[in-house]
Amino acid sequence: MRATCQNMVYDLAKRDNRVIFIGSDLSPGLLAQMKKEMPERWYMEGITEANVIGMAAGLAMEGYIPYVNTIATFITRRCYEQVAVDLCLHELPVRLIGNGGGLVYAPLGPTHLAIEDIAIMRALPNMTVTAVCEAKEMVRLMNCTLDWPHPIYIRLAKGGDPVVSVEENGFAIGKAIPMRRARGRRSIVLMSTGVMTTNCLAAADLLSKDGHDVSVVHFHTVKPLDEEAALEFADGAELVVTVEEGTRIGGFGSAVTDVLVEKLGVATPPVLRIGLPDAFPHKYGLQEELFEIYGLTPAQIAARTVKSLKVKDKVA
Amino acid sequence: MTRVRAMHEIDVATAPLDERSKYLRRLVVRTLHGGERGHVGSSMSLVEIMRVLYDDILRFRADEPKWRWRDRMILSKGHGCIAQYVMLAEKGFIPYEVLDTFCRRDSILGGHPEAAKIPGVEASTGSLGHGLSYGVGMALAARIDKRDSRIIVVMGDGEINEGSVWEAALSAGKHRLSNLTAVVDYNKVQSAGPTSEVQDLEPLLDKWRAFNFAAVEVDGHDVEALREVFRRLPLAPDRPSAVICHTVKGKGIAFAENDANWHHKSKIGKDVVAQLYAALE
Repeated sequence: MRATCQNMVYDLAKRDNRVIFIGSDLSPGLLAQMKKEMPERWYMEGITEANVIGMAAGLAMEGYIPYVNTIATFITRRCYEQVAVDLCLHELPVRLIGNGGGLVYAPLGPTHLAIEDIAIMRALPNMTVTAVCEAKEMVRLMNCTLDWPHPIYIRLAKGGDPVVSVEENGFAIGKAIPMRRARGRRSIVLMSTGVMTTNCLAAADLLSKDGHDVSVVHFHTVKPLDEEAALEFADGAELVVTVEEGTRIGGFGSAVTDVLVEKLGVATPPVLRIGLPDAFPHKYGLQEELFEIYGLTPAQIAARTVKSLKVKDKVA
Repeated sequence: MTRVRAMHEIDVATAPLDERSKYLRRLVVRTLHGGERGHVGSSMSLVEIMRVLYDDILRFRADEPKWRWRDRMILSKGHGCIAQYVMLAEKGFIPYEVLDTFCRRDSILGGHPEAAKIPGVEASTGSLGHGLSYGVGMALAARIDKRDSRIIVVMGDGEINEGSVWEAALSAGKHRLSNLTAVVDYNKVQSAGPTSEVQDLEPLLDKWRAFNFAAVEVDGHDVEALREVFRRLPLAPDRPSAVICHTVKGKGIAFAENDANWHHKSKIGKDVVAQLYAALE
C-alpha cells in the first residue's frame, strides 16, 4: 500500500504538473525516477515537519497540489498546529500521507504508534480523513485526490495487505462501500475503516458459520463520514459493531455513534465500539501480536460481537 | 553613500518622525479606537517597514489583489496587522472606513489578518512561526513558474523564538532562494518583557548568516535606509536575504515606547485615544 501510494504520486505528477512530492527524511532512492525527471517537483526536506507543512501550504497557495509524506505520528502530532492553521484554515489541497497508521510500527514502540491520528485529524475543520484497506483501493483513492479541493489525510497500513476491495463497487471520497450484505434487516452490522475491514470480513465469515446474519460496511473515508450509509445499515439492526485500529476516543466509532445517536435518537441500535483503549501501547512484537492484545483479530471481533449480543439480550 | 551600517553603529530612533510616519500612526490610532483594543507597541514598531514596502518596493495591483506577477508580502507577525491595514487603506485595497470596524463582529479586519477576508493579505497569520515556511513554498513556486515575484516575510523578534522559523531558514538556505527575504522587526521587547531576558536572540545577524542568508541590519525607522536596503534585494544573487530592522516597540508614542505593557491593550477608551493622538503631535 505504501509503495503503491508513493508511486501513484509520481503517476499523478506525470499527468498533472501541479503535483509536487515533499518527503521529510524517507528512504534513499525514494521516487528516484520522479526526482530525475522533474527535480523541481520533488523535495526531501529533512526532519522539519512544521516547515514541510508550511512550505506545502505556500506551494498550494500558488496553485500546486503537494503530497507530503512522512511517518503518521509526525505528520499529525508533530505539526498539528501547522496542519490546522496552514492547511485547514486556508483550506488548501495538500495531501498528507502518513506511513504506519495505527499499530504498524509495533516493534518501534509508542513514539511511533499512530493510535490517535484519525481522532485528531477528524477534529479539524475542512480536513478529509481516509484509511483505505489495501493497495488496489489506494490506487482508486489517489486517482480521486487530484480534484478534491480540501486537505486530505491518507493513512497508510503496513503493506502487502490482502486484496478485499472490488473494482465494481466503485470509489468516491466520502462514500462508504458495502462489502457484504445481510439477508434481513434485523442483522449484525460491522462497520470498519482501514485494514480492519479485512478482519471484519473474516469475522463475518465466522459469525455467519454460527448462523448470524451479518453486513460489513467499509468506510475508507472517516471524514466526511457517509452518514447515509451508516444510517441505512444501522436502522433496525440488532447490533452495530464499529472496528478500528485506533483509539476509541474521538475515532471512527465515535463518528458513527455521533451520527446514529443524533439521527436515530432512542431508535439507535446497541453499538459495540472496538478499538484501542485510552493508553499508550507498551508491548513490542508484531502488529498482529498487538491486534491480539487489543482484541482486533477476526476471531476476537467475532467473539466480542457474540458476547455483546448476549449482554444485550440479558439487559432486554 | 550607503546608510546600511554595522550593528554597533545602529542607534535607533534618534531622528524625529516625518509627517507621513506621524500620519500613518494616526491611522493606527484610528483603528485602535475602532476596536477599542489592539497590539499598540507591535504595530507602531512596524510602521516604517510597512510604509516603505508598500510605498516604494512591492509590486501590486490594488484592483487585482491576486495579480499573478505581484510580489508577496506575508506579515508573519500577524499581531502587528494594524500597521498593514493602514497601508492597505492607503493603497486602495480597503476603504478607510473599514479601519473603524477593527475587531467588531462583522468586520473583515480581525485582531490577526485573514487572507480569505481581506484583499491584499496573502496568508492568515497570528499563530507565530508559520510565515517563513509559506514564503519558502511561495518562493519555490515562483521559481518553478519562472516568475520574478519577490516574497517578503515580515517576522517579529519574539516570533523567531519558534523552532519552525529556523526549520524554514534551513530550507530557504538549502534551496538558495534569492527571491525570498526574511525581515525581522527587532524591537527588543516581546509580550513578557525584553527579548534579551525572555529568550535572547543574539548574535542575531550571525544566526541568519549561519543559515546561509545574506543578512544586513538597518534602522527600522529610517525611511531612507529601509528604501536603500529593500531596493538592493536580493542582497546576494544565490542566497535568501535577511533584513534585521532595529526598531522601537511603540515607536512614536513616548509613554508607550519600550514598554511591554503596551504590547497589547484592551479597553482603549476615548481618554487613551486622546493621549495617543496627543503623543503624535
